[in-house]
Amino acid sequence: MISQVFILSSKGDHLIYKDFRGEAGKDAVNKFYEMVTALTGGQPPVVMKHKELHFVHIRQGGLYWVATTKADASPFTIIEFLNRLTALVKDYCGCLLEKSVQMNFALIYELLDEVVDFGYIQTTSTDILKNFIQTEAVSSKPFSLFDLSNVGLFGADTQQNKVAPSAAATRPIVSSQGEQGSKNEIFVDVIERMSVVIGANGVLMKADIEGEIRVKCYMPSCSEMRIGLNEEFSIGKSQLSGYGAAVRVDECSFHQAVRLDEFDTYRILKVCPSQGEQTVMQYQLCDDLPTAPPFRLFPSIERDSGGRLLMYLKLRCDLPPKSAAINVSITIPVPKGSLRLSQELSSPDQSAELQPKNKAVHWEIPRFPGGAQLSALFKLEVSGLSAASLQEVGPVSLSFELPKYTCTGLQIRFLRLSPIQPGPSQRWVRYVTHSDSYTIRI
Amino acid sequence: MPYLGDEHTVRELRRALSNPNVQADHLRYRNTIHRVIRLPGLSQYVQQPLTVGLKDKAACVRRVAVLGWAKIHTLQPNTEIDVAVVNELYGLLRDPDPVVMVNCLRALEEILQEEGGVAINKPIAHHLLNRLKLCDVWGQSEVLAVLQRYRPRGEDELFDILSLLDPALLSHHAPVMAATLRLFLSLCSTLPAVCMSALERARGPLLAAAGSTSRELRYAALCHIQLLLRSEPGLMGEHYKRFFCGYAEPPYIKQNKMQVLVELVNDDNVAMVLDELRGYCTDVNTETSQTAINAIGSIGRSYTDRCLAILTGLLGLKQEHITSAVLQTLRDLVWVCPQCGDAVCSALEGWEDNLQDSQGRGALLWLLGVYGDRVTGAPYLLEDCIDGVRSEVSAEVKTELLTATLRLFLSRPAETQDMMGRLLVYCIEEEVDMCVRDQALLYYRLLHCGIEEVRQVLQGGRRSDPSLGPLIGRPPEPISQWASSFNTLEPLTLGASTVGNSDHATPKPSTLTPNTLTSNAEAMTPTPGDPHLPDCSSGALSLSVSPALTPEEFERLWLQLEKGACLEVCVQ
Repeated sequence: MISQVFILSSKGDHLIYKDFRGEAGKDAVNKFYEMVTALTGGQPPVVMKHKELHFVHIRQGGLYWVATTKADASPFTIIEFLNRLTALVKDYCGCLLEKSVQMNFALIYELLDEVVDFGYIQTTSTDILKNFIQTEAVSSKPFSLFDLSNVGLFGADTQQNKVAPSAAATRPIVSSQGEQGSKNEIFVDVIERMSVVIGANGVLMKADIEGEIRVKCYMPSCSEMRIGLNEEFSIGKSQLSGYGAAVRVDECSFHQAVRLDEFDTYRILKVCPSQGEQTVMQYQLCDDLPTAPPFRLFPSIERDSGGRLLMYLKLRCDLPPKSAAINVSITIPVPKGSLRLSQELSSPDQSAELQPKNKAVHWEIPRFPGGAQLSALFKLEVSGLSAASLQEVGPVSLSFELPKYTCTGLQIRFLRLSPIQPGPSQRWVRYVTHSDSYTIRI
Repeated sequence: MPYLGDEHTVRELRRALSNPNVQADHLRYRNTIHRVIRLPGLSQYVQQPLTVGLKDKAACVRRVAVLGWAKIHTLQPNTEIDVAVVNELYGLLRDPDPVVMVNCLRALEEILQEEGGVAINKPIAHHLLNRLKLCDVWGQSEVLAVLQRYRPRGEDELFDILSLLDPALLSHHAPVMAATLRLFLSLCSTLPAVCMSALERARGPLLAAAGSTSRELRYAALCHIQLLLRSEPGLMGEHYKRFFCGYAEPPYIKQNKMQVLVELVNDDNVAMVLDELRGYCTDVNTETSQTAINAIGSIGRSYTDRCLAILTGLLGLKQEHITSAVLQTLRDLVWVCPQCGDAVCSALEGWEDNLQDSQGRGALLWLLGVYGDRVTGAPYLLEDCIDGVRSEVSAEVKTELLTATLRLFLSRPAETQDMMGRLLVYCIEEEVDMCVRDQALLYYRLLHCGIEEVRQVLQGGRRSDPSLGPLIGRPPEPISQWASSFNTLEPLTLGASTVGNSDHATPKPSTLTPNTLTSNAEAMTPTPGDPHLPDCSSGALSLSVSPALTPEEFERLWLQLEKGACLEVCVQ
């Protein structure tokens, strides 16, 4: 039972305010902002209480999305509701920024009216809502064809890779007589997040993958879609690993609307996607990755005679040669008294800088081809350098993106829409692996 | 927006409501009703459209009409809701549209609030269970919450219901999973084995939620996992790696994960867990590193040697917040595991640091006081502090300093006598804070009683409390203790709460209170006359727990005082 919903910018500007039950006053908004900015880093901000009112909020797009309630409601429900609300706003407005919220406030009020009645959640399904929402979304970014990306057209049997602009998937989904007419497009994304810890001796201590198959459907009406996964896809730990590269996950769960009658035999998922974005399948794999972790670090850290800290880092990428990692960012914590950094990097497009506020050196590599090895030599002037300072050179964290690559090896064999839609329909499949948390201890 | 009380608007609204097809546009219908309900004079006009709306063909209108009755009840409390309407709402529970059904539940909950909400009998319960699959996520959570009220008659019925609900327990929609688990726990409160197996089945979805992209969902899942661990500590044993902190996670999630890690430690994984925690100790965020150090201290109660090695190693980094946290952790650890004394002493040898943080200083002074006889440089360190006592701000640090100096005096009188005298003079003559002054006066009088009394008071008490016990082996709580707060906002509001924070529950063993003193003391003969120097010829000492004056008496005496006089009361 939600009492009020409001959206604040990070500076506390009131963007949206809606009161559903008349139980609490508008001063709750200022009270919330006061409370949330007064919290220290260690205090959990998600649920706060003031007198009889609970504030539950999430942060997305740099904004605070807040719901208040007087009853002792389920936290999962309210948090999921707020997540779902941000997804709806993103579906309609294209992106989730302060500007797009400001430009579309009428639409958002209309959404809130339809989604919640008297504090009770009625429906959050885009399909049903689009019948009632009449306001048009105003897009803040003009659609530009000049962005190229790593998208490939599935099922293309020609030599060239047809590409779609990377902004194609961030267009607002529900636009009626919009600029592009009604494009029949479906994007199926296989997104994996990897979380790895490698110990100081090079041993892999932890490796987790959390993956999702997400369908983003721009078609106004779509009947059944069949997604075929790898035939050797298996779920659960089993003794028999079989021949060849098996694609295995530990656990797997499906969206409510997915029909699994052909899953056991042919590994086909059947779903009728509604317009908008939905997660069709989620899976996890722990500790038993079929491929080696993508990056290995060989560090050598010592003090030189001149009282400086020398860090020679050799980073090797263990991806197959045709793949590459992009936007690789390496963060190396350094001792507190670090003053100056001088570096020797192996290619001009890399960059490194010392950030004294975070006590870390950031090394950026825009593109790291598979099988390559890049090294860097960093010389740090540290005031008060001692033997113990070497301990402060802490665990190295990496953040990167691996386009067109999945660690589990999950592939989409085919994507069939039935019955065949009138007019051309395009199906795009994208694979990407992100690093959730990749830590290498020294 | 027209002014709501405006005559013109009121007429417009009445006209809108008297239109028999007002529900054709359901949005307009709802907005009109909502506006009208708030106006006291018009509420009778809205009942007719609402009654009609309940029977409308369009589901969206029925949804609005059902909640409209709930709005009338809540926003216009004087209006009587007819029994016929309540019956109609009960009937609409069989509506083909699932949202209408759920809205009826919600409306009946509100209207029948005084009677305990909607009555769930067997037919209604079975009907709801059968229609559960048709509802969406929100509808399912609502139905599952309402079903908690239902008590199945026999075990057969109970197990039928459980097997029907079983798929929902594994749902990857967190609200549905949490609501189902809560329902399971409430239905099976008398069958602990079934509860345990439900917890085990819910483990997978909870862990998945704890790895979700949404940070807030992760936090909610972690808080609930902590609840589960109170009853089944071994539940997450082999999944301890899922609780390793991600590099970019916000500090509050890292702290929760660390608390969970501390509980999952066992012989097999202690090396890995400690390695991981050691990495967090140098985190940029000071609170995170302090939590990590505390966590190592907690584990140290069972795996003392390894943790001590890590903690003393951290002292070498010479970073203010780390050193302060390590000292506090060592102080707490020594209280539980006195065998650590040697390692602590060697760490304190040759101590040179100048700590700014008062908590850290307090801990250092306590350690120096207790282990002063084994640390060669202790008197010199104390002397530095005593010389700087005038600029010391914190009263707690000064009290610790007094106690530590006195303790050191007992073991090394020659080196400490002089500085102790200076400290006592300062505290009694110049100190402004009354607690510090009183403590100093107490010690001064004790010293006059004799060295044996001082020894008895300061060292006769416990130097450690091994009974606080190792961390592992804490008895698991019964599920009923926390089942009622599962899937509510309570576990998240408490935040960094009681679970796993037993190091904070350790009593601070430093400042002496009268209660500790009476436990090992003998009777003292009261002396009339000058209370500054009681005559302790009998050599016995006692302190009473209750104050010498009641508050009222004190006030009376105070008001009688002349300006400039002081109040001296003899302890009886």
